[in-house]
Amino acid sequence: MSGYFILAILALAFVVTFQIAKASEYVSVLKGEEKTFKQNNRINAFLFIAFLVLGLIGAWWCNSMYYGKTLLAQPAASDHGEKIDFMLMLTIAVTGVVFLLTQILLFWFAYKYQYTEKRKAYFFAHDNKLELLWTVVPAIFLTVLVGFGMFYWFKITGDSPKDSQIVEITGKQFNWMIRYPGKDKVLGRKNYRLTDASNGNALGVDWEDGASHDDIEATEMHLVVNKPVHLVINAQDVIHDVGLVHFRLKMDAVPGIPTTLWFTPKYTTTEMKKITGNKDFVYEISCDQMCGSGHYSMRGVIVVETQEEYDAWMSSKKPQYVTVQESANPAASTPDSTTVTKVAEVNKPIAKLN
Amino acid sequence: MSSETILHGHTAGEAVHTHDDHADHGHHHEESFLTKYIFSQDHKMIAKQFLITGIIWAIIGGLFSVLFRLQLGYPDMSFPVLEDIFGRWAKGGRISNEFYYALVTMHGTILVFFVLTAGLSGTFANLLIPLQIGARDMASGFLNMLSYWFFFLASVVMFASLFIQTGPAAGGWTIYPPLSALGQASEGSKLGMDFWLISMALFIVSSLLGGLNYISTILNLRTKGMSMTRMPLTMWAIFFTAVLGVLSFPVLLSGAVLLLFDRNLGTSFYLSEIVVKGEILPNEGGSAILFQHLFWFLGHPEVYIILLPAMGMVSEIMSVNSRKPIFGYLAMVGSLFAITILAFLVWAHHMFVTGLNPFLGAFFVLLTLLIAVPSAIKVFNWLTTLWRGNIRLTPAMLFAIGFVSLFISGGLTGIFLGNSTLDIHLHDTYFVVAHFHIVMGVASFFGMFAGVYHWFPKMYSRYLNNTMAYIHFWVTLVGAYLIFWPMHYQGLAGLPRRYTDFSNWQSFNQFAGMNKFISTVAMIVFAVQLLFVFNFFYSIFKGRKVKSQNPWGSNTLEWTTPITPGHGNWPGEIPEVHRWAYDYGKDGREFIPQVEPVGADESKH
Repeated sequence: MSGYFILAILALAFVVTFQIAKASEYVSVLKGEEKTFKQNNRINAFLFIAFLVLGLIGAWWCNSMYYGKTLLAQPAASDHGEKIDFMLMLTIAVTGVVFLLTQILLFWFAYKYQYTEKRKAYFFAHDNKLELLWTVVPAIFLTVLVGFGMFYWFKITGDSPKDSQIVEITGKQFNWMIRYPGKDKVLGRKNYRLTDASNGNALGVDWEDGASHDDIEATEMHLVVNKPVHLVINAQDVIHDVGLVHFRLKMDAVPGIPTTLWFTPKYTTTEMKKITGNKDFVYEISCDQMCGSGHYSMRGVIVVETQEEYDAWMSSKKPQYVTVQESANPAASTPDSTTVTKVAEVNKPIAKLN
Repeated sequence: MSSETILHGHTAGEAVHTHDDHADHGHHHEESFLTKYIFSQDHKMIAKQFLITGIIWAIIGGLFSVLFRLQLGYPDMSFPVLEDIFGRWAKGGRISNEFYYALVTMHGTILVFFVLTAGLSGTFANLLIPLQIGARDMASGFLNMLSYWFFFLASVVMFASLFIQTGPAAGGWTIYPPLSALGQASEGSKLGMDFWLISMALFIVSSLLGGLNYISTILNLRTKGMSMTRMPLTMWAIFFTAVLGVLSFPVLLSGAVLLLFDRNLGTSFYLSEIVVKGEILPNEGGSAILFQHLFWFLGHPEVYIILLPAMGMVSEIMSVNSRKPIFGYLAMVGSLFAITILAFLVWAHHMFVTGLNPFLGAFFVLLTLLIAVPSAIKVFNWLTTLWRGNIRLTPAMLFAIGFVSLFISGGLTGIFLGNSTLDIHLHDTYFVVAHFHIVMGVASFFGMFAGVYHWFPKMYSRYLNNTMAYIHFWVTLVGAYLIFWPMHYQGLAGLPRRYTDFSNWQSFNQFAGMNKFISTVAMIVFAVQLLFVFNFFYSIFKGRKVKSQNPWGSNTLEWTTPITPGHGNWPGEIPEVHRWAYDYGKDGREFIPQVEPVGADESKH
C-alpha cells in the first residue's frame, strides 16, 4: 500500500515539476529571452559557488563522521600494511592538494567569469610556458609516487624470509580450507583428481607422498605473532581472492595456478581487541573476487596468537592422514607401513587416470 | 527495402559528388516511413536511433541499480511488490542472491556497452562527423545502417537473456572464467552466459562497422579547407575513439569466442584442474588468467572509448559558451593522442593481485600513472579556457563544468589504484566502485548530457525545456557526489565489491546507515533522470522551436546547415573552411565562423 502511495506522490511531483517548467518557459517568452537568460545565468553561477562551499563543508563533515569507521583509524596489523598505509597517506596528501586547487579554481572561475554585457572574453589560445609548467609539475609528483610505490611493491612481492611459516589456503564455493605442512615443513603433493571430500580428502592430497602424512588440515587459520607467514593460495572451482583487510593485503586464488603472499602479523587477536576497542574483533578472510551466489558469505577467520598458544592449538590437531586412516581402518590406531600401502592401493585406480 | 534503398543511397551519394545544385535534391526521392525512420541511411537519423535505443537501455540499467541498491540499503525490509513482479527471483519480497548478482552484472554490461559505448559515441559520432567536417553523409551510409542494426540485434539477444529460466549472466560484467565457463558453478553461467557472449559478438560487429566508417569518413570526406588541425576537438576525440575501438574490440571477440568453445565444445583455454561442487573436470593446461589479459586488452581502452567523446564534446561546448578559444588546442589533441596510445599499454593494472609477475607489474604502474600527465594537461587547459571568459551557463555548459569536476575527482583516485602497492589494499573494494563510477560512469554521462542539450536543437529543431534541465543538472551533480563520495570511505574500510549483505562480517557491518542514505539518494537521482527522459521526448514534439540557424553563436559547420537539414545536410554546395573552429572573442568580434575567409588585417594567434 505504502508503495503505491509513494508512487502517487512521485507522479504528482512529476506533474507539478512539469507544469512549473512549462510555465517558466512561457514567462521567459513574455519577459524577453535575453532577460531570462541573464537571470538564469546569475542563479546558476551563484549555485556553483554555493555548491563549492557546501561541498567542501560536506566533505569535512563526512570525514569526521566516517574516518573512525575506516581502517585509517587503526594501525595496520602487518609490516607490509604499515608501508601501504604510509603510501596511502602520501597519496592522499598529494592528490588532496591538487583536488582542492582545481575544484576551487573551476567553480570560482564559473562564478567569477559569468556572463555580463560589460566584459569581453579574453582571446587566449595558447601559452607554451604555461603548458610546459603543467606537464612537468604533475610528471614530477607522479615520479615521486611511482618511486615510493615501486620501492614498496618489490618489498611486498619479494621473496619471503627463509624462516617463514608455510600455510596453504584453498578456496572453493563458498569456504576456505587451511592446511599446515606439519613437522617436516613440507606440504604434501596434491593431485586435483584425487579430490574426494566424502573420504576426508577435500583438498585432493596425494597420500602416496610421504610428506603429506603429517599435514594438518583446519578450518581456521592460526598464526604466530611477529613470525613471517608464507601463504600458498589455491582455488578448486573458480577464481577467489584471499582478502586480509587488517593486514591490508589480498591475492587471487586461481584454479590451476598457485599464488603466494607473505607478511608478518604484528598484533595478536587479543591485542587488536584492545587497539580497536572492539571486544568482538576478529581477523577475517574475505573473498574479494566475485565467485558465485554465495560470494558475500565466503568468510574465513584468522587467529593471531603467541607461540605458546599456537603450539597448544597445534598439538591438539591430528594429521589429516591419520584421521583418514582411522576412519578407513578403525582397527589400526596408528599408521604403519601396511596401512599406507592399503590406502595407496585404494587410490590407485584414480591415480592411473593421470 | 534492401536493393531499392541501397540503390537510392548509392545514387544519392553519386549526386552529392557530381551535381552542384542540390536545392531540390530532396524532391527527387520521396522517402517512405520505412526508409526514413527504420532502415535509414541518413547519419542524423541513425544517430537518433542510437540515442533513443541508448536511452531505453539506460532506463533499464538504471532501474537495475535501484533494485540492487534496495537490497544494500534496506537489507532487513521486504518489498512484496518485487515478488509480484519478479516471482521466485524475489521470494518474500527480498532480492535473492542469484538475482542480485544478475542485476549487478547486467547493470554493468548495459551501461558500459549499450549506453556509454553505443548510446554515446554511436549517437554523437554519427550526428557530428558529417556535420562538423562538412560531408553529405558517412563514407558508407549502408554500413552505417548495418552498424545500428547489429547493435539492435545485440540488444534483442541481451534483452531476451533477461527472461531465461536460469536468468541472465551473473558473473560480473567482466565475466571471468572459470565462473562464467561452468554452468555448475552458477545459475547465471548457464544459458544466460551464452546469450551474453552472442550478444557481445554482435555488438562488436556493430562497433567495428561504425568505427571503420567514422575513421574513413574523417580521413577522406573533409570539406575543402578542413585540414586535420582545423577540426573541432569533438572530431579528434571521436577519431581516436574509433581507432581505439577498431584495434581493441576484436581482441574481446577472440576472448569471447574461446570462452564459447570452453563452454560448449569441451576445450580448455581457460580451464585447468577444476573440482566444482565435488565434480572432477577433465580440463587441464588452460589458464584462467589468459582471459583476463584478453578481456582487459579491450576492457581498458573501453574506458577511454567511453570517456574520449565526452572529453571532445566538453571541450567544444566549453569554448563556445565561454566565448573564448579552447586553450592549447594542439596540446588538447596531443593529450588525446597520448591517452589513446597509453590506453593500449595499461591493461594489466586491473590484474595486480592475480599473481602477475611483480616485475611486469612495475611497467604497468609506470605507464598507468603516465596517463595522469595528459589528463592533467586537459584539466588545466579547461580551467584556463574558463579563465577570463564570458561564460553563458546554458544547460550544456553546466554539464560540461560538472564533467570537469567529476573528471578531477575520479581521476585523482585513479592515482591511488594505478599504484600497485595501494591496489593490493584497495583492489575490488568500494574504493574502486566509487572511482570508476565517478570518472567513467557519471562523468561520461555528463559529457553525454552536455552533448544532448547542446545539439538537441540540431537534431529536432527544438529546444529542451530549460527549467527541467536545471533541475536535472543540479540534482544529478549533487546526487552523484552524495552517492559516490561516501563510498570512498567504505573502500578505505576494505568493504569488498559485489557483496549482497554485510551483516555477517565483523569488519564490514558498520555502514548500514550510509548504505541506506546512498540508496535513497540513488533513487532520487534515478527519478530525476526519468524527468530528463520525459523532457527529451516531450521536447521532440512540443519543445520551443529553434528560430535562428546558429542559436549558440558557434563557429562550427553544423550551424551553417538549415535549421532542419535534409539528407545531404547542405542544400547548396558544401561550405569551404578557412580557419580553425575556435576564433571566439578575436579582434573584438564575438565569434568568427569557420566558413569566413581570413581577413587581410586579421591578427594572428
